[in-house]
Amino acid sequence: MTAGPTAVQPVPRGVFARRVGRGVRDWIPAAVVFLLGLAAWEFGVKALDVENFLLPPLSDILETLWDDRSGLIEAAWFTFKEALGGFLVGSSAGIAVALVLARWRPLASAVLPYAIAANAIPIIAFAPITNNWFGLLSPWSKIAIAAIICFFPVLVNTLKGLTSVRPSSIELMRSYAAGEVEIFRRVRIPTALPFVFSALKVATVLAMIGAIVGDYFGGSQDSLGIVIRRDAGIFAFDHAWAGIVIASLLGIMFYAAVATLERLAMRWQPSARIE
Amino acid sequence: MTVVSLEKVDKTFGKGGVTALQGIDLDIGEREFVSLIGPSGCGKSTLLRIVGDLIQPTSGEVVVNGKSARRAREDRDYGIVFQDAVLFDWRTVAKNIALPLEMLGWDRNRRQERVKEMLRLVELDGFGSHHPWQLSGGMQQRVSIARALSFDPPLLLMDEPFGALDEMTRERLNLELLRIWDALGSTIVFVTHSISEAVFLSTRVVVMSPRPGRITDVVEIDLPQPRSAETREQPRFFELVADVRHKLRGSDELVSEAELIVAEEGL
Repeated sequence: MTAGPTAVQPVPRGVFARRVGRGVRDWIPAAVVFLLGLAAWEFGVKALDVENFLLPPLSDILETLWDDRSGLIEAAWFTFKEALGGFLVGSSAGIAVALVLARWRPLASAVLPYAIAANAIPIIAFAPITNNWFGLLSPWSKIAIAAIICFFPVLVNTLKGLTSVRPSSIELMRSYAAGEVEIFRRVRIPTALPFVFSALKVATVLAMIGAIVGDYFGGSQDSLGIVIRRDAGIFAFDHAWAGIVIASLLGIMFYAAVATLERLAMRWQPSARIE
Repeated sequence: MTVVSLEKVDKTFGKGGVTALQGIDLDIGEREFVSLIGPSGCGKSTLLRIVGDLIQPTSGEVVVNGKSARRAREDRDYGIVFQDAVLFDWRTVAKNIALPLEMLGWDRNRRQERVKEMLRLVELDGFGSHHPWQLSGGMQQRVSIARALSFDPPLLLMDEPFGALDEMTRERLNLELLRIWDALGSTIVFVTHSISEAVFLSTRVVVMSPRPGRITDVVEIDLPQPRSAETREQPRFFELVADVRHKLRGSDELVSEAELIVAEEGL
């Protein structure tokens, strides 16, 4: 070769933070918008004299949050365990079923239309029913609803990932006399990973919704959903909002944890660095 | 010794459907470089896949390396290179090259040793820890060739390997492929739609025509070995190119103008 090979410079590998996240400087615009939003909330509510039951000022909410932190965190932890349990059960079941369907394709064509249809159903509507199945106060009724909500998108996406392998990749593996198991292990599963993780990220949000809304239909006094519903019922709006803030923070942390796992699992991807 | 032997090979897709190949007889000897050329739809890629046991013929006999095509595939008697490099994004360049070695159960040290050798062979030393997306198309294809050759198969099947590359890169890789062929002494079956590429690389050019796919001519390429960039400027090179082109054109009057343009793209 006469001309020297040219290639995109590899992104230098650095510390953990550099691998999984962006530089601090990239976050500045987003942080500014965030602070402006909070300021608009705080001063807008006061300046326009918005009624407390519509939207309390941010400072009141944060004050309540701080005063009541131990009770709220306890309730949040209780509900988070329900969401996490449902997420783990529903997602693993979704992945497992997708693996089976990808292996036996005629089965997939028989089942997939129903999975896609189920994916479009507002499954949260079943929450009162699962409360009856597992008992109103049992965390299992919330775990069940969260699991069912997570199951279908994870199943459909994982199956799509497992079957979206280029035919030439399969031909290559067959030229090495690879069997089905080896093709799954070395090609289908790595190809499916990005699909699986985007479904898992959606599933974290769905699991939180499932657990909290499940609580709304009745549940343990320790759960965050019940705390929010009760406080809103007795006009303790600061307190209800504090519960919502905690729920939001939890949801974001849950999502971020899975997104971090994704970046660690797929370091090969250019988007994991440039994005 | 005959490396590939095809006898009365027919291939029909679907029940009573398209006849992709009809009555293919072809013997390919050791150390030969045979190109299959023809317009789209002539079944040249199908023929290559039949040799590789990736497609089964409807009838006829296929013998590769003295055994059935299936046995040859199971024994990993050939390496294959596609038009698309088919590198796995989640593996580094070195690990992509080592893929067949892993499957053959080579231990780590032996794999690393061989990968290093192969990287040197395709002149990509120092790129082992890169990921495929960091390489240009030409470099990716060289990785794919290194992977196909890493386990030292006696036969190399190539399906339009340089079809997606620009002319400059293609000519450079042509020279490089000849150097590798010379160094390793493997037998190569090469599918292309470029006349000049086929003539430049091959010891024999097999001309095919469509509907049904069949062999219409075989042209011996008597250009001296080893070939170099100057080979392309020899009068004999132009004669052979013209000869192959006439045979392509004469092979089937039904070949449309559009298909001829495709077939002549290389020149």
